[in-house]
Amino acid sequence: MQPDCHSFESASRTALADDSLQDSLAKVKAGFRINRLKAIDKLPEFEDLRDAGRDLKNHTLKNLDFYLEVFEDKVTAQGGHVHWCRDAEEARRTVLEICRKADARTVTKGKSMIAEEIALNDYLESHGVEPVETDLGEYIIQLRRDPPSHIIAPALHLNRGHFAKAFRKKHEGYPADRMLDEPRQLLDEARDVLRGHFVAADVGITGANMLVAETGSSIIVTNEGNGDLTQTLPRVHIVLASIEKVVPTLEDAATVMRLLARSATGQEFSAYTTVSTGPRRPEDLDGPEEFHVVLLDNGRSAMLGGEFQDMLRCIRCAACINHCPIYGAVGGHAYGWVYSGPMGSVLTPALVGLEEARHLPNASTLCGRCEAVCPMRIPLPKMLRHWREREFERHLTPGRVRAGLKLWAFLAKRPALYRLANGLGARLLAKLSRGTGRLPRLPLAGGWTKARDLPAPQGRSFQSQWAERKRR
Amino acid sequence: MRVGFFVTCLVDLFRPTVGFAAIKLLEDAGCVIDVPEGQTCCGQPAYNSGDREDARALALRVMDLFAHHDAVVVPSGSCAGMIRHHYPSLFEDDPNLAGRARRLADKTYELTQFLADVLKIDHLAASLPTVAAYHDSCSSLREMKVREQPRKLLSQVKGLTVKDLAQPEECCGFGGTFCVKYPDISEKMVDAKVADIEATGAEMVLAGDMGCLLNIAGRLKRQGKEIEVRHVAEVLAGMTGDAPGIGEKDD
Repeated sequence: MQPDCHSFESASRTALADDSLQDSLAKVKAGFRINRLKAIDKLPEFEDLRDAGRDLKNHTLKNLDFYLEVFEDKVTAQGGHVHWCRDAEEARRTVLEICRKADARTVTKGKSMIAEEIALNDYLESHGVEPVETDLGEYIIQLRRDPPSHIIAPALHLNRGHFAKAFRKKHEGYPADRMLDEPRQLLDEARDVLRGHFVAADVGITGANMLVAETGSSIIVTNEGNGDLTQTLPRVHIVLASIEKVVPTLEDAATVMRLLARSATGQEFSAYTTVSTGPRRPEDLDGPEEFHVVLLDNGRSAMLGGEFQDMLRCIRCAACINHCPIYGAVGGHAYGWVYSGPMGSVLTPALVGLEEARHLPNASTLCGRCEAVCPMRIPLPKMLRHWREREFERHLTPGRVRAGLKLWAFLAKRPALYRLANGLGARLLAKLSRGTGRLPRLPLAGGWTKARDLPAPQGRSFQSQWAERKRR
Repeated sequence: MRVGFFVTCLVDLFRPTVGFAAIKLLEDAGCVIDVPEGQTCCGQPAYNSGDREDARALALRVMDLFAHHDAVVVPSGSCAGMIRHHYPSLFEDDPNLAGRARRLADKTYELTQFLADVLKIDHLAASLPTVAAYHDSCSSLREMKVREQPRKLLSQVKGLTVKDLAQPEECCGFGGTFCVKYPDISEKMVDAKVADIEATGAEMVLAGDMGCLLNIAGRLKRQGKEIEVRHVAEVLAGMTGDAPGIGEKDD
């Protein structure tokens, strides 16, 4: 999808006024948080695991070129292909070429954030290939042509009613008066429709939670089993993955997996963990004839060695999103692109540019809860602040904000003047409040007084009273 | 012990009572208090707005003013967190200044942390027969690791019952300039906090950070709610009679 992050303010107001969205957000947020806590309470070594996860990712990122090449060699040796793609355009074209060579009309897709990042579905459709999402949440949002609103629960913004409505509108050949009130009924119908696609598809596209250098494997975790059918039934399997997904060994992959599901949904393990290693071998009972890995950079290598490198440790568990009060208030669509919450606010400016995404790092109270729950110990608040520094340096901060800040700093660096201004301000505001203790309105403070009174200063600043007390 | 008191810009401007309450608590425990003249702000607004240069200039001033005290006490988790955790990183490219920042950081405490952990206060004279909810500020909780200290001290106040919130780790929506830059999101957050406070049935809400307190009091008073809002120091020092609650009129 095209980024629309600059509309964050208006989009967040729309989201705040959307009762159905607010309902979904409240429910899902509580569920994710409680389940994560329960899962972690049962694992005394969770904090040590976080250290191990951080260290293994740091080691991999330091030697990323090496591990990616080892991975490529392994894939090639097993008869697969690795395609290195610099940007979204290269990745889309590569996928389309593979589809064309396979003479594909329909492709099934497992959930992939990289596919969202490169807007693959629209591209394939416009070139005569029909993509069918097979993760239930992704499937619904594809029917509705919505962007995902959460990296692991893409249809979080929707409720059961939305699902039923989309099914009635798009599924042909089912009785118009059928019951679609229960989750079971919705699931059965989706399964029925998707079965046909699974069998008909010529190409299956999945993402990757991890790439394993040691074995040349890709790993996906799902809860619906749709990933397995997507990658084993069609003749061609394409894995879409960004470069930072590689880990050195299967043992390392296990470390990440022990952190991933617990941090994400609070499960000890996802229901399905699927390891794909090359195309079908002669002795295999099933599997694809061709195995392709499309490796996407799209701005990530530029983050290596800089102040945003730590972001590349992210394993897309969404713990930061699930605990973010800003995400909890406005949901994912307000962020204007595929990634949301704290991880999105750090990653998106790196991938689409700070000019487009400058609101995202600013829309945070830096409350620090994201870092406290991140299984990879990514210092998210610190990196949000780094984006604000880049913004300030490049004069992207709105003029009024910058001028206000500079005036304040000018005073704060001059104590005598500051004391004078503070003393005057304290007296003036106290006087304006006329003994009520508060100010319901104040020029230039509309942002504060829109929903709040401003408690009035008590009258004289502490420092002037203290100076007097010392003189006595 | 010679304690440097960093009053913070919000207490200085809005609520001097908090400063006097803090000093009373420290003096009662035998500390010699110095409030260095010329202190303004810790620089956090500049730091969090991406203006590193001004943040460094203000940090240097604080480092100078408090170079010779045995300890520095701050009645705010947010400003204490700035000094303790962010000053060293502001100067990480300059070993000499980084060393000075580190030395200041190591002796800087949030007020209740200093009272409970360093002075080990286990007896307070204050009494206040009421039910109060305690709000943990994000920086106290996560940067300064202050959770038990204010509760331990409040348990010594006669007649006082302290209630915990259902979502004690949730931000109140203040966030410095955030609350004026994104007022609608901030409103949603402070509404959730207010609802949580009300659900405890408390008559008073306490916290250790003026930012959160101004935000919560501002919302409560706008809604015409009776719940009294105070800085924890006022209660610990037995000074609630000295001034009405935050945002309330003089009697």
